[in-house]
Amino acid sequence: MKVEWVIVNVLTSAAMLKALGAAALAAMLSVALAAQPPKKSDAAPPPGRGGLSTPNDDPFPSTYTPFPSRPVVIRNANILTAAGPLIRNGTILLRNGKIAQVGPTVEAPADALVIDAAGKYVTPGIIDDHSHLGVYAAPGGDALADGNEATNPSTPQVWAEHSVWPQDPQLPRNLAGGVTTLQILPGSANLIGGRSVVLKVVPARTVQAMKFPNAKYGLKMACGENPKRVYAQRGPSTRMGNVAGYRAAWIQAEKYRRKWDEWNRDKKGDAPDRDLAMETLAEVLRGNILVHNHCYRADEMAQMIDVAHEFGYAIRSFHHGVEAYKIADLLAKEGIAASLWADWGGFKMEAIDGVKANLPIVARAGVRAIVHSDDPSGSQRLTQEAAKARAAGAAIGIIVPDEELIKWNTINPAWALGLDDRIGSLEAGKNADVVLWTGNPFSVYARAEKVWVDGALMFDRLDTAHQWHTDFELGFVPPAAGGVR
Amino acid sequence: MSRLCAACLVSFAIAAPAAAQTLALTGAKVFPVSQPPIENATVVIVGGKITAVGANVPIPAHAERIDVRNCWITPGLIDPVTVLGVVEIGAVPQSNDARAKGDKSVAAAFRVWDALNPASTLWAPTRNEGVTTVGVVPTGGLIAGQAAVVDLVDGTAAQMLRRRPAALAAQLQSGAAADTSSRGEVLLRLRELLQDAKVYSTHRQAYDTARTRTFATTRPNLEALVPVVTGQLPLMLSVDRAADIATALDLAHEFTLKLVLVGAEEGWMLADRIAAAHVPVITGALDNIPGSFATLGARQENAALLRKAGVRVALSTGGESFNVRNLKQHAGNAVAYGLSWDDALQAVTMAPAEILGVSANVGTLQPGRDANVVVWDGDPFEFSTRALRVLVHGREIHQPSRQDLLMERYKSAPPMYIKQP
Repeated sequence: MKVEWVIVNVLTSAAMLKALGAAALAAMLSVALAAQPPKKSDAAPPPGRGGLSTPNDDPFPSTYTPFPSRPVVIRNANILTAAGPLIRNGTILLRNGKIAQVGPTVEAPADALVIDAAGKYVTPGIIDDHSHLGVYAAPGGDALADGNEATNPSTPQVWAEHSVWPQDPQLPRNLAGGVTTLQILPGSANLIGGRSVVLKVVPARTVQAMKFPNAKYGLKMACGENPKRVYAQRGPSTRMGNVAGYRAAWIQAEKYRRKWDEWNRDKKGDAPDRDLAMETLAEVLRGNILVHNHCYRADEMAQMIDVAHEFGYAIRSFHHGVEAYKIADLLAKEGIAASLWADWGGFKMEAIDGVKANLPIVARAGVRAIVHSDDPSGSQRLTQEAAKARAAGAAIGIIVPDEELIKWNTINPAWALGLDDRIGSLEAGKNADVVLWTGNPFSVYARAEKVWVDGALMFDRLDTAHQWHTDFELGFVPPAAGGVR
Repeated sequence: MSRLCAACLVSFAIAAPAAAQTLALTGAKVFPVSQPPIENATVVIVGGKITAVGANVPIPAHAERIDVRNCWITPGLIDPVTVLGVVEIGAVPQSNDARAKGDKSVAAAFRVWDALNPASTLWAPTRNEGVTTVGVVPTGGLIAGQAAVVDLVDGTAAQMLRRRPAALAAQLQSGAAADTSSRGEVLLRLRELLQDAKVYSTHRQAYDTARTRTFATTRPNLEALVPVVTGQLPLMLSVDRAADIATALDLAHEFTLKLVLVGAEEGWMLADRIAAAHVPVITGALDNIPGSFATLGARQENAALLRKAGVRVALSTGGESFNVRNLKQHAGNAVAYGLSWDDALQAVTMAPAEILGVSANVGTLQPGRDANVVVWDGDPFEFSTRALRVLVHGREIHQPSRQDLLMERYKSAPPMYIKQP
């Protein structure tokens, strides 16, 4: 079930949250503060930077380090690099976490593990730029519904990483589907939902240890039915209310950005008040955060483009965009990527014009086409989704070869995340995020056999010792469940 | 995949022999399902029925011959659990007729087909991808209501309906949905209803003259439960957790029910018991997420493991009406996770036909069966394969879907909304 859909059922709990109100929150906060131990007077800490609004600040830094690896040579493989033609019977060398070489012939170092991949395929790690893993973790229920701060239509102050549960059992299943990088987004209840976070799909105790080092943040925005339905009682309750809401937020953000940029430059007088919500939006205006905009209808996407022009920010990618094919030319002109489903649509009014050839049509127009999931099941089979979309394109005369199709799963989403210089293609020097498939990844019969993240083998279908089970799964999930993934 | 099948390429522009009464599809690799595949075979269709299938069958002189050399022919696919025709747009209540309020969540008398919409825009995209028969199954509550089997002919609701009722749908795992507080209470209510229906079935006169005790539900509901407790009508029970499946098997034994398990995500954990009870299972092939405490053991090998134990398994997309067309993706994934290819084809043709009680009409290619036939340009489960011809009751239906019309309109930008001078 797409998370998009879940929010219909969230309505009642959102209303309850609203009823709780700010007073209750404040009360909880004061209790928490009272419980703080007294500060040691002899070790007066330097003033924290928490009072200041600093561009590109990183208060929750990544602690990820690649897992141990040894040099690996995969040879006799069909290699889809996402950066050129298919290399038949090719070889790829992974060393020190990077792709060292890829080509028809590569010399294997003496200490390398050599894998013969005759008849198999190698691709870059799959990237899903629209996931809610960790913020809507399995086994679900209210206790794990942490993806929509549906208490106010504009909540740029919330950060998805503060909701991510690293023990979500959906994570290892995604890895087994060949997914190595995820963008975790807040849900679409709000006009402005909060910051996303880019994660590596690896076992970890903390979300910091999953965070992609030096990845930009994203900002989730949402058009259309969801916000106006969730806030029907207090507003916005219409699409025009939605647009007024975005504009009001950006007006405030621009003022905040100006004030802080001046102060950061001149350091004159008292620092302005820090506001977490405005800080996120100001970072968008400075170009430091990328906008990911949930939007179904063509006419609404065009309006969001105008809002972006009015306030001088860029929309990096439209998400869901079931009507993207209607404005493929506009998206191409604006340089906005399209993160789309192959065949999900029709489940609500704004989704009824979804067509299966959406992806190939926008790709033909020159738009960066991205297969996204918004769904823990679809995310495990993103190459299958790409293959479905391709078939629909072929039926109307748009032919997409494997070499192009793989880009929809890899380098294009890497671009949407601002990480195309590090991941998304198999080129020397890039991170060794690599998938070995049992066959052509666009066949219904293919499965990811081995998955490397930064050169480290993180999943092996043939070796249970390389199959990650989250804490939650221990005892709850029968050992064979989820399959010999 | 077969480039060689290019000879049979068709497009929407070519008029289909929709009215032909006698057809011969020749030269194909035919999968009758009821017997092993036949190379270079012919399927003869007369008056909407299959009359012959084989490599050397006589072709009537007046038959229209369609050369489908090197193409693959299978029975039309069957998804036994859908809401096609009763849910147009999930989030638009006025287009949604899959559930009934019922009598305290008991809606045994609810006949979901009463609202079947032959004008739904979802028939065409489903049929165009090779699905020719579906179960239309109500949802919600403790007893959701009565299910029907529908053939995807281009006609009225009456013409589409193949069998009604085909089953009664109920569930055994959600206390909340059944207006109760626990699984045990769901079972308590279900047993009371079944017991009352049994008594009612032999005391109708007494009931009509108010000489019985008070029963747990209304007369129409009791009446609808009678064929279930007399073992005539299958009871489709949605149930996933292994313990709940065991309970369902016990219940079926106690009341001699004709049980069908739907979902059964943990079915693999007691596959032998399900097989021994001769209870069929309708499940999906993409489920491997412990998405609730009832599905902690979900795994993609479920269909394969059940089949290996001897269970009759049918596959279903089991969800949104707009993606019933993805049935073949389920079949392909089931194969990737251990089901044999032949069993996967059976699981989307003959097995669901048997479970729904329509195997004398559809699900296999045999003389006497309705000609629900699909011509593919290769392996039907592969994404790159297209359903080139879809015949329902012997008539080829080549109706562009609403999606096709949209794609045609937006071939150019801006589109031509009105005729230009």
